[in-house]
Amino acid sequence: MNRWSERMIEAAIRFSGFVSIAFVVMIFLFLLTEGHALFRVTGLTDFLLGRNWHPISTPPQFGILPLLLGSLAVTAGASMMAVPLGIGTAVFIAEVAPKRLAGILKVGVELIAAIPSVVIGFVGMVLVAPVVREFFSLPVGLTAFTGSLMLALMSMPTMVSIAEDAIHAVPRQYKEAALAMGATRWQAIYRVILPAARPGILAAVMLGIGRVVGETMAVMMCTGGAVAIPSTLLQPVRTMTATIAAEMGETVRGSPHYNALFAIGIVLFLITLIINVTADLVIHRGRRDSP
Amino acid sequence: MNEGNAGKPPGAMAGPPRRTVTALEAAERVSGPTPLAEAPETIVEVRNFNLYYGAFQALKNINVKIVRRAITAIIGPSGCGKSTLLRSVNRMNDLVPGVKTAGQILVDGEDIHGLGAEPVALRKKVGMVFQRPNPFPLSVFENMAFGPRIHGTFRKSEIHEAVERGLRAVLLWDELKDRLKASALSLSLEQQQRLCIARLLPVKPELLLMDEPCSALDPLATERVEELMQEMKENYSIVVVTHNMQQASRVSDHTGFMLLGELVEFGETREIFTHPHDHRTEDYITGRFG
Repeated sequence: MNRWSERMIEAAIRFSGFVSIAFVVMIFLFLLTEGHALFRVTGLTDFLLGRNWHPISTPPQFGILPLLLGSLAVTAGASMMAVPLGIGTAVFIAEVAPKRLAGILKVGVELIAAIPSVVIGFVGMVLVAPVVREFFSLPVGLTAFTGSLMLALMSMPTMVSIAEDAIHAVPRQYKEAALAMGATRWQAIYRVILPAARPGILAAVMLGIGRVVGETMAVMMCTGGAVAIPSTLLQPVRTMTATIAAEMGETVRGSPHYNALFAIGIVLFLITLIINVTADLVIHRGRRDSP
Repeated sequence: MNEGNAGKPPGAMAGPPRRTVTALEAAERVSGPTPLAEAPETIVEVRNFNLYYGAFQALKNINVKIVRRAITAIIGPSGCGKSTLLRSVNRMNDLVPGVKTAGQILVDGEDIHGLGAEPVALRKKVGMVFQRPNPFPLSVFENMAFGPRIHGTFRKSEIHEAVERGLRAVLLWDELKDRLKASALSLSLEQQQRLCIARLLPVKPELLLMDEPCSALDPLATERVEELMQEMKENYSIVVVTHNMQQASRVSDHTGFMLLGELVEFGETREIFTHPHDHRTEDYITGRFG
């Protein structure tokens, strides 16, 4: 009897484990089946490096370079802001802030994750965009930079909480040893604690960036939606995610346009997959090094 | 490393009968290194020192003088305050919330709690070795370079020289000179503990505090670290906390016995272990408790 229930439970657990893998595989297969038909119309190079995204003109053009670069611009902009700020916040919470303040800050940063992205997009559109327009005296405030600002905010919870955990997990003895040698608090943080927490911090950065790449609603609302190769962050752009979300409703199922949107999905999927796998490898390499 | 040991054979200090603590009271502070046999010099003086963790009094009116260029052992059962006393000398207890102290500790004649006294400067002078070897999770080289770097030495040649000199002093250079880039965590525990001692040396401390430095090591490694301590006392003053009484009797010149926050007895090691004055010391060293 006991043996039987053991086996059932084991089977159930194994099943749940496989289900999640199965979902990933199935989603990828689905993207492939729906997307691959595009390549009968457009070559892979024309797709990835084509400069024109004109899905409904005749003949349609499915070059996603502007979208790729739009995503890249927004992601790079967001990372440049979020990475230093996020790591700084994590260090402050883990090492510097008094306990009470650290607790409040931690909860506060994690609350950002509770804000629906459409609300963040709304705030960006109505409050931040006019400020950006005024400040840089631009014709429009909805730019890659505006989107980056909002995305930086959105990636903070992931980045800060993972980095903070990593810093917190550095054994106290390292810090003690550093201080006992006459290091100042900053020297101990900079020379010992941060290097010791590096794998976790890298993972935090990667996962934060992964969050930024995949974000849709906020960027769609804040970046202006112009399909153009950006030369600065202060121009309107359109990301891959925003393109899929905005155009999926108007396509005819099975049309090249429809296939092209799925092909963009494949590209996005691969990018986030690479980022997450890299983060994972980095975390595990860190674990193997420590005793 | 230092200048004062010229012509002095190793182990010379264990030989001739040394003056007792009372005699030390009269000893003058001499500037510059002086052979110990002629003028015992106090490096640390603890005066009426009390320490509280919140409402709990961990150290009760401690008075002691630690002799320069000698090994002083502090023994006593767990929780008697010996580590607390040790960590008071380099103000590591500052890191513990709720700690209050009263009384004075003088290192080199200067009150470490006095106005303008900086823990950073104090800890440069007073190095600490911990119970569990705690090399930084960096390479051997980076561990050794940490001290010079935090104290303002950045020139490569100087750092390289300091690394080599430090490792040589703890007899690790030959073992590790080809592995300077290896992670310090890949070393054996004994090598790690030696490295932890070595990385203090480039900072040029005068006093080394060792908090049960051998408790994580096997007997052979313990013996070798003890030998190292014997060698190092020619250039450094060492205070070692241990609950291993054999270790105290083997390595130290002076021994203090602590119980429940009090320093019960302090004197020459031989005296403490053969003719203890206090019956509590006798009970402890004969194994009646602890």
